[in-house]
Amino acid sequence: MGFLRSRFFHAVLILALAFCLFRFGIRPPAPWSVIRLYMTVVLLATLIYVSADSDSWRNFVRPIRSTLMDPSQRALRYALMVVIPLLLGYYAYTQAAARPQAPPELRAVHPAPPDTIQLRGKPINISGAENPLRKDQASFKKHVAAGGEIYIRNCMYCHGDNLDGQGHFAKGFNPPPANFQDPGTIAMLQEAYLFWRIAKGGPGLPKESTPWNSVMPAWEDRLSEEQIWQVIMYLYDATGQQPRRWETASGGH
Amino acid sequence: MKGLGVARRWAGLALTVLVAVVALTALPAIAQDAAKEPAYRSFPVIGSRLAVWGVAQLHLNFAAFILGCPIFAVIIEIIGWRTRDERYDWLAHEFVKLTFAAFSTTALLGAFLLFLFVGYYPKFWTYMTSIFFPTYGVYALLFFAETFIVYLWYYGWDWLSGPRKWIHVSLGVLSNLVGTAILFVANSWVTFMISPAGVDEAGALKGSVWAAINNFTWMPINIHRLIANIVFGGTIAAAYSAFRFLSARTDEERARYDWMGYVGNFVALSAFIVLPFAGYWLGREIYAFNQTMGITMMGGFMSWLWIVQAILIGVLFLGFNYYLWLGMERIPGSERYRKFVPPMLFILTIGFIVWATPRTLVVTLDEVRAMGGTHHPVIGFFGVMSAKNTVVNLMILTTFLSFVLYRRANRISVKPWARTGMAVQWAALFVAAAIVVFYGVYGYFVESIVRIGFSVYQVLAVLSCILIVMAIDIPMFKGARSTGTIRWGTIAPRSQYVLILLAVTFTWLMGLMGFARSGIRQHWHVFGVLRDTSAEAVTPALGYAANVITIVTIVFFALVTFIFWLGGLGEKGKAGAHGHAAPVIAGASGGED
Repeated sequence: MGFLRSRFFHAVLILALAFCLFRFGIRPPAPWSVIRLYMTVVLLATLIYVSADSDSWRNFVRPIRSTLMDPSQRALRYALMVVIPLLLGYYAYTQAAARPQAPPELRAVHPAPPDTIQLRGKPINISGAENPLRKDQASFKKHVAAGGEIYIRNCMYCHGDNLDGQGHFAKGFNPPPANFQDPGTIAMLQEAYLFWRIAKGGPGLPKESTPWNSVMPAWEDRLSEEQIWQVIMYLYDATGQQPRRWETASGGH
Repeated sequence: MKGLGVARRWAGLALTVLVAVVALTALPAIAQDAAKEPAYRSFPVIGSRLAVWGVAQLHLNFAAFILGCPIFAVIIEIIGWRTRDERYDWLAHEFVKLTFAAFSTTALLGAFLLFLFVGYYPKFWTYMTSIFFPTYGVYALLFFAETFIVYLWYYGWDWLSGPRKWIHVSLGVLSNLVGTAILFVANSWVTFMISPAGVDEAGALKGSVWAAINNFTWMPINIHRLIANIVFGGTIAAAYSAFRFLSARTDEERARYDWMGYVGNFVALSAFIVLPFAGYWLGREIYAFNQTMGITMMGGFMSWLWIVQAILIGVLFLGFNYYLWLGMERIPGSERYRKFVPPMLFILTIGFIVWATPRTLVVTLDEVRAMGGTHHPVIGFFGVMSAKNTVVNLMILTTFLSFVLYRRANRISVKPWARTGMAVQWAALFVAAAIVVFYGVYGYFVESIVRIGFSVYQVLAVLSCILIVMAIDIPMFKGARSTGTIRWGTIAPRSQYVLILLAVTFTWLMGLMGFARSGIRQHWHVFGVLRDTSAEAVTPALGYAANVITIVTIVFFALVTFIFWLGGLGEKGKAGAHGHAAPVIAGASGGED
């Protein structure tokens, strides 16, 4: 049972456990890109663990050295000389083989909005803009109700009746429609940002997002300015999220 | 022969000054002529932008080194002066020697960069001159002052020793003040391009040039670069020591460069710990100046750069700690602290994993469907700032703990209150970690604008902890019982490769972050004021940028190696050059840690 105290065994065990944790311990399954990233970090940390002092490093290297040098390990050596290239070859094949799906791509999660946009010829400030309907607190419920109606008529089919991005058409789109319940979407954005995205839709995305990263139509053709602000109010109200507020500029400038 | 060598060096100084004079006095005439010229010219083969990019980055790397290195060189000289320990004086001289070797190259690269701007971007340069012309004279004066002071500092080392040492130290301090002023002036030009101020809609200066200088990002970049220069100087000096360690032929030489590498790394680490805070402030100011620019940087197409940055900074954290742990092997008595290594490594690994988790995952369509959207319901929590701020603060605390353990590795406190002191220190660490974690978790339950403010509490908790622990540690280990002297030179050679890795990683990181800072302007020379209408106005893809930065990093290290080799040639056969015979370090008491 001496091998249980071997640093080499520890290293293999750590890597195996980490892989099992990342691959099977996270539900729903983590994307492979993330697992690869995590395993690289764990590999780096494991190498540091086994080499952080000289005794440990010698202990770690001993079985490797023995396998490479010891005459009694010749059979194992030959076996590894066959198995390792085969495994690497298989890995290379899995990476290079053609697959019946689009390769993953890097997306800009929140493409940068312009400072101003034109809405039917009217310039609207995006940078620093507040939802004008929120000033009239007495009509808050009325605006939210109107926004809800607009949502159900226009948005629900993709973004879902629970506002979770699981609408009827959602399965047909890549990337799927935004999930407003996710705290990483509208809760991180000012209302003006939503105004820009709704008004200009996919065609209005900047180049960094490439137009095919959203199939959402430009709603400025179908909704009025007030209706867009109303539906934004509904999105926040129905999900219980708070819109991000603008920061005030720091002093001294 | 010595006289001839000195004459050559003064000739080098004269050449540098001459280049600067010609370049700076020609500016007004060149700027006037530029108005009649085309807006752009094309640099042969590689294009103007790539030429400017490469030369600017090389210039910046050298400038960062020659501005960062003297900061800690003078501190080490002061320690040597006050403690009368000649080892420090030797070490300070070694650091200044490195600075000195890179000085002319920095100036020549700066002049080359200027010629590239004037020749290939005349319209841009004319505009910048219309705003910043008054600062050119100031810059020239400062540059002359810096050159003369550094030369005097280096060559006057023996002349201004003994009772005149205070004059010599003052020169070192003065060179740092002037160097910092140069940095601030140059930063005003760069930051104006990102966040212009003091100009009207047509881009003309409205009032004083001060308004253009004191723009949104000027002071954050001043502070960020000042700290980063110290880190950079420390890592380059440590890498130089590592090279000398690995090529050393005697134990004495190995011991000397082991110690020098340790000091360089210590300097880099000390400054590195506060660098993320300065970077965070800079990021906030960019957001405050222009939300669009901020989103482009953090959430837009630049966002992937931050994943690369997180990986590189994770490597730096692991590298700094690994070096300290390896270094403890040469300290008798450090065995009792080895048990802390696995838990510290565990925290750093978890921190690294969380920090490197992208906000937007690279996913296939099948994976998107399995996750029920583009955001993973579990991993998604690691992609936001709450998680990242939390783990980076925990990594800083862990690294600080590594240092504290290293510091006391061969010492046992004899103070009667030592037990209480240590209890308070541990309590401070746990309380700081608890505050960091509390605000990290709480950040998920509040709106963004409130969450942003939490990072300030986290930073304050960490800084307070560092201050409290050190305030107790220093008196607690004063006059401590030693468990043995540090065996300098016996550190495992792989530690020296870590030092080189740290220098390369930091250089690469600086280049990439420089691309982020510059790239967020997108198709603007001066954001929102002067548009880049050249054929190369497109913002390059990250892969292209990474390749460019990699090549620049390789060229930089090739140049640095060549320059240091040249510097070493002059020292060969002159062991006592400038009266600085190398001290014997092996078996030193370890008082320097």
